[in-house]
Amino acid sequence: MSRIGVFVCHCGLNIAKTVRVSELAEFAATLPDVVVAKDYKFMCSTPGQEMIVNDIKQHKLDRIIVTACSPLMHEQTFRKVLTASGLNQYLLTIVNIREQVSWVTHDIEEGTAKAKALLNGAVYRSRLLVPLTSRVIDVNPNVMVVGGGIAGIQAALELANTGKKVYLVEKNSTIGGHMAQFDKTFPTLDCSACILTPKMDAVLQHKNITMMTSCEVSEVKGFVGNFDITVRQKARYVDHSKCNACLACTEKCPGKGISEWDESLVKRKAIYIPFPQAVPQKPIIDKESCTFFKKGKCRLCEKACEQKAIDFEQQDTFVQVKVGAVILATGFDLMDTKPLVQYGYGKYPGVYNALEVERLFNSAGPTGGKVTLRDGSEPKSIAILHCIGSRDKNNHEHCSRVCCMYSLKFAHLFKEKTSADVYHFYIDMRAAGKGYEEFYNRIIEEDVKFIRGKGARVAQSADEPGRLVVEAEDTITGKFIKLPVDMVVLSPAIVPRADARDIARLFNLSTDKQGFFMERHPKLAPLSTMSEGIFIAGVCQSPKDIPDTVAQAYGAAAEALTIVVRDKMELEATTAMVNPASCCGCQNCVRVCPYGAPSYNAEKKVSEINEALCKGCGLCASVCPSSAIIARHFTNDQVLAEMEGLMEF
Amino acid sequence: MSFEPKILGIACNWCTYTGADLAGTTRLQYPQNLRVVRVMCSSRINPSFIFRAFQLGADGVLIGGCHPGDCHYNTGNLYARRRLAVTKKILEFSGLEPGRFRVEWISASEGNKFAEVVTEFTAQIKSLGPQTKFKISQ
Ligand SMILES: Cc1cc2nc3c(=O)[nH]c(=O)nc-3n(C[C@H](O)[C@H](O)[C@H](O)COP(=O)(O)OP(=O)(O)OC[C@H]3O[C@@H](n4cnc5c(N)ncnc54)[C@H](O)[C@@H]3O)c2cc1C
Ligand code: SF4
Ligand code: SF4
Ligand code: SF4
Ligand code: FES
Repeated sequence: MSRIGVFVCHCGLNIAKTVRVSELAEFAATLPDVVVAKDYKFMCSTPGQEMIVNDIKQHKLDRIIVTACSPLMHEQTFRKVLTASGLNQYLLTIVNIREQVSWVTHDIEEGTAKAKALLNGAVYRSRLLVPLTSRVIDVNPNVMVVGGGIAGIQAALELANTGKKVYLVEKNSTIGGHMAQFDKTFPTLDCSACILTPKMDAVLQHKNITMMTSCEVSEVKGFVGNFDITVRQKARYVDHSKCNACLACTEKCPGKGISEWDESLVKRKAIYIPFPQAVPQKPIIDKESCTFFKKGKCRLCEKACEQKAIDFEQQDTFVQVKVGAVILATGFDLMDTKPLVQYGYGKYPGVYNALEVERLFNSAGPTGGKVTLRDGSEPKSIAILHCIGSRDKNNHEHCSRVCCMYSLKFAHLFKEKTSADVYHFYIDMRAAGKGYEEFYNRIIEEDVKFIRGKGARVAQSADEPGRLVVEAEDTITGKFIKLPVDMVVLSPAIVPRADARDIARLFNLSTDKQGFFMERHPKLAPLSTMSEGIFIAGVCQSPKDIPDTVAQAYGAAAEALTIVVRDKMELEATTAMVNPASCCGCQNCVRVCPYGAPSYNAEKKVSEINEALCKGCGLCASVCPSSAIIARHFTNDQVLAEMEGLMEF
Repeated sequence: MSFEPKILGIACNWCTYTGADLAGTTRLQYPQNLRVVRVMCSSRINPSFIFRAFQLGADGVLIGGCHPGDCHYNTGNLYARRRLAVTKKILEFSGLEPGRFRVEWISASEGNKFAEVVTEFTAQIKSLGPQTKFKISQ
């Protein structure tokens, strides 16, 4: 006989509107072993929690059922209530009557009936619960940050400043990310390099940061507190431990590749650093464009290098890194606008995407900061087309958030650097941010023209060869316009990295509808994920500007710190164990476990599960022919009892 | 009175259960015939759970897990997928109407899909009528 207390929450009207909560409590009181059943407005509030504590004491309760919101929301909250009352936390059962009942029906009869069935199932299950002891593990104090854009840089610096060791993994040969490609940043128009490069340098100098450029994560093992991560160091063909960054090699190199950093607008050498302020300053060889790799002859860089740092034999290597927590800050890509053929990107030389334009503005860019078209001439009229692929149900439904603002920044820079007429084609002007509306007003005063209507098509001018015509409906005048211009700038949707799904799989994250990493809770846990110990920051979570990215980076660093600051932490007790008396030694469990937790003890002729490795999926329990495996907290008996309760009503 | 079926759901914590929560958070409406049991992974589901559900009088059983390859436990649901496919065959071989057992991969961001699947599955079970093949009358 157990003594169960049932606590039904109204959640204001969130639950009470479509579930008769007092009737549910009265119903609970009739169920076997239920000693008290109460309903209350907000069970998670202090008075609600105190009510549970008091009832546990007064009625000597030994099982608690909270009938409220999803366990994913407040299981931890109520577990603490049990612990505080001296009850084992695993004797708690949550019945989800909000997310999975009251919010998905308007019918109070239906809602109440379903809630009763779910509660009945919980009572049946609750009676079979047993106390469990959480595992206590040692925590590795180091942190890995994946992605060296502004988000990753900021997070790494914060953590390193607290004395923690940080591994910063960046797939490019330099850190910096997109911000390092910009000349100016909205809304203040401060110079991007002036605020970013000191931080990049601080990363390089920091004694607690191990910078791992040209690196990618290839395997993730372990769990919160003890991740064991394999990083692939891609071959650079330059030994960075010997290279002294003189760059004599790059001068001699005849190889020609396309500069990714300059958004393919110019060529670069085969041995190169992406841009003059790159960190580290040491070059890599791009195999695809290297004459020696292609033709077997050249090696001019090798001759130029006094340090003997060139190493054509270099191979990818794998480095093992152990950390307690991980921050993912892998950023974004711009949508490829080529498939949107109506805008002529990739077809008409006068059509540019936003990142290309950023490079044109940049004094370290392909044109030395001069705005010129591909033929070298200065444009006399420029159209900037907002929302290309964003806010578009056929492409990406989301708003990319920063395009209105950088488009305004472009207008300002065009006005500063050319004498061109500048036109914006926009759906709505979104300027919600500190100083943004003011920035918008400032640009309006700079004689920039605004046409409220999405650019519909870009075509070649019939009358003036080489010029373009932007077609759109001006939704204010209702008129269809055709505007001849020399240059068109597309502001494409911000989308997840092409490999975001692979990264999500490696770290066991979910992705949202658009493919951005999904946070644990959109409001209350925006930087944590469903995988404990893995945090996210910056645009890999959703489009945002630099200030928000930096704020998230600080937050993610603090979150990671809450883990690695501890020497030890508790892990869920919900692992599997073998009952040696029933085990027939078939080793099915050994074969299926994704983590190698079970092993066969040849002497005793039974399998055993290493609790430290088990993650509690329960797979082994369902393949065990002898029912010898107990999946703690989800035992066969517990699951079957719950089902029985559910089906009774 | 029209037939209101009882449908048992078993959903993995990380994808389908979270997706079901999302359906709630976004206030999607779907029929209330489904009662969900939460397990950590679809691979926890023992075929005996499904047989038992039908014995207990479930008119339909809906299993939900992460998309193959996206399982929180890496390979867990690949085993589940095979095992559940065999279970379906055995059920049908034993005389159960094919439409009563369904496996769906629903991710944490697919609240819409969860609501759609439940709506559609409920309608299908309604049209099949009460399940009598396995039900043990108390
Ligand atoms: C055209 C344009 C102009 C903008 N102008 C402004 C502006 O003026 N002001 C402003 O506030 N915001 C601006 N933004 C927004 C700004 O770019 C972002 O807020 C910021 O760059 C986000 O930083 P991040 O670190 O999250 O991502 P990123 O800058 O994308 O950095 C991510 C880093 O992670 C690395 N990486 C990716 N995948 C992996 C992997 N698998 N393994 C290892 N490393 C990986 C990348 O190489 C990169 O270095 C602009 C955006 C665009 C598109
Ligand atoms: S071998 Fe020749 S082409 Fe290749 S990187 Fe060296 S100098 Fe350039
Ligand atoms: S599957 Fe069961 S019976 Fe077979 S070895 Fe593992 S515990 Fe023993
Ligand atoms: S529950 Fe079984 S299969 Fe799953 S991790 Fe633990 S030992 Fe491995
Ligand atoms: S965790 Fe969802 S199927 Fe394995």
